[in-house]
Amino acid sequence: MDYCPHTSDDIAQMLLTLGVGRVEELFADIPEKFRLKKIPDIPPALSEQETVALMKMIGARNQLPRLTLTGAGAYAHYIPAVVSHLVGRAEFYTAYTPYQAEISQGILQAIYEYQTMIAHLTGTQIANASMYDGASAMAEAAVLCGKMSNRTKILIARSVHPEYRQVVATYAWANGYEILEIPNAPTGQIDMDALAARIDEDTSAVLIQSPNFFGCIEDVAPIADAAHACGALLVAGFTDGTSLGILKPAGACGADFVVGEGQSFGNPLHYGGPYLGIFAAQEKYLRRIPGRLAGATVDKNGRRGFVLTLQTREQHIRREKATSNICSNEALCALAAGVYLAALGKNLRKLALLNVYKAQYLKARLLQMPGWAECFSSPVYNEFTVFCPDAQTVNEKLKKEGIIGGYELATDYPELESALVFCVTEMVSKDDMDQIIRILK
Amino acid sequence: MELIFELSCPGRTAADISRSDVPELNIASLIDQKYLRGDLDLPEISELDLVRHYTNLSRRNFGVDLGFYPLGSCTMKYNPKVNENVAAFPEFTGLHPYAPDEWAQGNLQLMYTMQKLLSHVFGMADFTLQPAAGAHGELTGMMMIKKYFEQKAEKRRLVLIPDAAHGTNPASGALCGFETVMLRSNAEGGVDIEHLESLMTEDVAALMLTNPNTLGLFERNIEQVAAIVHGKGGLLYGDGANANAFLGKTRPGDQGFDVIQLNLHKTFSTPHGGGGPGSGPVGVGPRLLDFLPVPRIVKKDQGYHWSENYPHSIGRVRAFYGNFNVVVKAYAYIRSLGAEGLTRATELAVLNANYIKEKLKPHFDLPYDRVCMHECVFSGKRQVAENGVHTSDIAKRLIDFGYHPPTIYFPLIVPEAIMIEPTETESKETLDRFCDAMIAIAKESKENPQRVKDAPQSTPVGRLDDVLAARKPDVCWKKI
Repeated sequence: MDYCPHTSDDIAQMLLTLGVGRVEELFADIPEKFRLKKIPDIPPALSEQETVALMKMIGARNQLPRLTLTGAGAYAHYIPAVVSHLVGRAEFYTAYTPYQAEISQGILQAIYEYQTMIAHLTGTQIANASMYDGASAMAEAAVLCGKMSNRTKILIARSVHPEYRQVVATYAWANGYEILEIPNAPTGQIDMDALAARIDEDTSAVLIQSPNFFGCIEDVAPIADAAHACGALLVAGFTDGTSLGILKPAGACGADFVVGEGQSFGNPLHYGGPYLGIFAAQEKYLRRIPGRLAGATVDKNGRRGFVLTLQTREQHIRREKATSNICSNEALCALAAGVYLAALGKNLRKLALLNVYKAQYLKARLLQMPGWAECFSSPVYNEFTVFCPDAQTVNEKLKKEGIIGGYELATDYPELESALVFCVTEMVSKDDMDQIIRILK
Repeated sequence: MELIFELSCPGRTAADISRSDVPELNIASLIDQKYLRGDLDLPEISELDLVRHYTNLSRRNFGVDLGFYPLGSCTMKYNPKVNENVAAFPEFTGLHPYAPDEWAQGNLQLMYTMQKLLSHVFGMADFTLQPAAGAHGELTGMMMIKKYFEQKAEKRRLVLIPDAAHGTNPASGALCGFETVMLRSNAEGGVDIEHLESLMTEDVAALMLTNPNTLGLFERNIEQVAAIVHGKGGLLYGDGANANAFLGKTRPGDQGFDVIQLNLHKTFSTPHGGGGPGSGPVGVGPRLLDFLPVPRIVKKDQGYHWSENYPHSIGRVRAFYGNFNVVVKAYAYIRSLGAEGLTRATELAVLNANYIKEKLKPHFDLPYDRVCMHECVFSGKRQVAENGVHTSDIAKRLIDFGYHPPTIYFPLIVPEAIMIEPTETESKETLDRFCDAMIAIAKESKENPQRVKDAPQSTPVGRLDDVLAARKPDVCWKKI
């Protein structure tokens, strides 16, 4: 398919204007020895119909599960039909960064509304226009804490998503920071004694997730106190964003930054991306946080309007002095999140409760089976960790029935051999769960 | 326009929740009260009001589908609709990232093949698709460079960056602990070779170069530049933001680049989404292969699978595997164009830019009068000096003519810069009409400068007070 409208007449006339004989002459600056005749090993062009057929064929090599019982940072939720219809408006998705505010009021206002909803949900006063994903949002928050405090040590709970810990480690290494892990207590929550033992005057930040990777809800307030007592900051993540429909947000428990994955809000699983990193903070950090910010202002006639604001924090102004190099955000994913949250409104609480009920139902049924036991005693949202006779066998059995089973903890937590983290959202029915039990019996 | 919060009316909703088919438990008996929230202050809107709100917002937004969008350095080309359709196949949208590899063979094959195709197009040894955006790719590339020298036990502190570079370059270098040193451009807009020779020492890890540079000019001395950098053991980093200028014409790998980051949302036609999601794959030459982020895809007889087994890798730069759904669109684009189509796109992007350059040259200052690549950079200096009309005024006036303004005030080395990138998907008629508008504004600047300064007049809001927005920041709505 050729998307270029140029006829040979057009090209001839344009070359005439340029006073150039052949298009090739426009590439004269490329040294002869680096000129390419033809890109090697690229298959020939396809018609639109052929492209669709090819993509269908590739897609058919995937197998969609009947049910997904793994969460672990990506959550299968029902997405109301309005979301894709509104996000699919080409005025939104074929635009770029709203640098020209007067013709970008749509996305700017939508982002401002998104920021407002996120700040409220996370119990903070401010939120940015979004980051790349939950993991990089946490890493950026950790780096920011280091830069603000000139301290070199970062503490991270071992109950934070293993991949998030790896991303934080990559960013920390690049910036010359040291990382120490804080183990979990037998309850599944962070080990407060270990935290007290490892935190010191050189600690810039404590990083946790609540609910954490095991599904356990952390007691955030004492962790915030412990961090602040040493002059460190608390960066609190979360797993499934819908948990904020019922759980007290970390921002209301003393966290300085609340970061996390916003995919749960209206974004499909997409095999891991694109997602959006939620980045929210207490107001005092407004001029330090990374990423774009939409702000309200007025035009010369006093009419309300929105602009990208506080850009002096950002790389295109501060260059090497910026605390982050982030340039874009995940605007369309943030738009989807905004539409989703506005669509649900107070029903987000109902949805969250439904997730709790469903998770409790499966948990209770699993624990009735011989050899299954609860792993941690802390309260949970829609994910929970259980010991089973043999995690691999369990997942193999489920796989045969087209079900993605629980997340096997053994690889990342050798001490938790034969433990599985199950996630149950509103997408799993009682009949499904009864069938799961029959499969496993 | 009203905010969604101002439309809120208690009791309404646009999304119902299914009735529970399992026992509804007493939440307080499961989760201690101290962990539960009290208020949940989200908007309460009917479905129709919600639809109207966002539809009306969309009408206050300008995208490529509405008109010409010559935003320099951003490659705002047409986003083919078929790519949106294929990326929305449930097989691509519905899989969990931790689905077993056997169930994701289509996705893995697509990503693996994409890495190979990009390697052929750019002349690199391999690619990672993990970074989520161009700047994220830059950071990833610089991390690999840091790791490379760590592995060789060489301490190199500095990174050289041309004065015309994107702001992300110095920030990406700094976030890897490098100090950045500015490299001057010469009178032709290229690298000042003498300056490079004097700066390039064994303390320099890399030169971050955009080629063609942000003036839209190809670096004629690229071979010499690469030789100088490599001669001191340094690495050549390529910012691929301007790749739309050379696909099918030349390959960065052949020119000596050791690492390059791309922007699939620019060069490979995936939508910019109002500021993301993009995708920033990074290609490496043989020197940096070992340091690519994990996981990587391995192809075996029985199929594709993810592997973490790369001990020298920099690790992960984000969770999971990248902006997969964006990659699907770019893959469909490459396959539908083929090698000839990609080359034709390059040729016409460059032809379009030079056509605009020639037509506007008599009316605006052209600081570097050379054949340009995919974009051209003018200066509004003359309009400032003669009429007191600034580049920002010209940009705002273009809005009244129905165009998205070009990139302005960048690159920093051109005063009052106007950076125009038409892309290959625009017709000659569109370019002619745009040039007519620019020429009319140049004329208007002389005859009625106030009119230009008062622009835009056609938009739902007039020029907005940026100073107020920064002085009294209001980034979240509060109930009065």
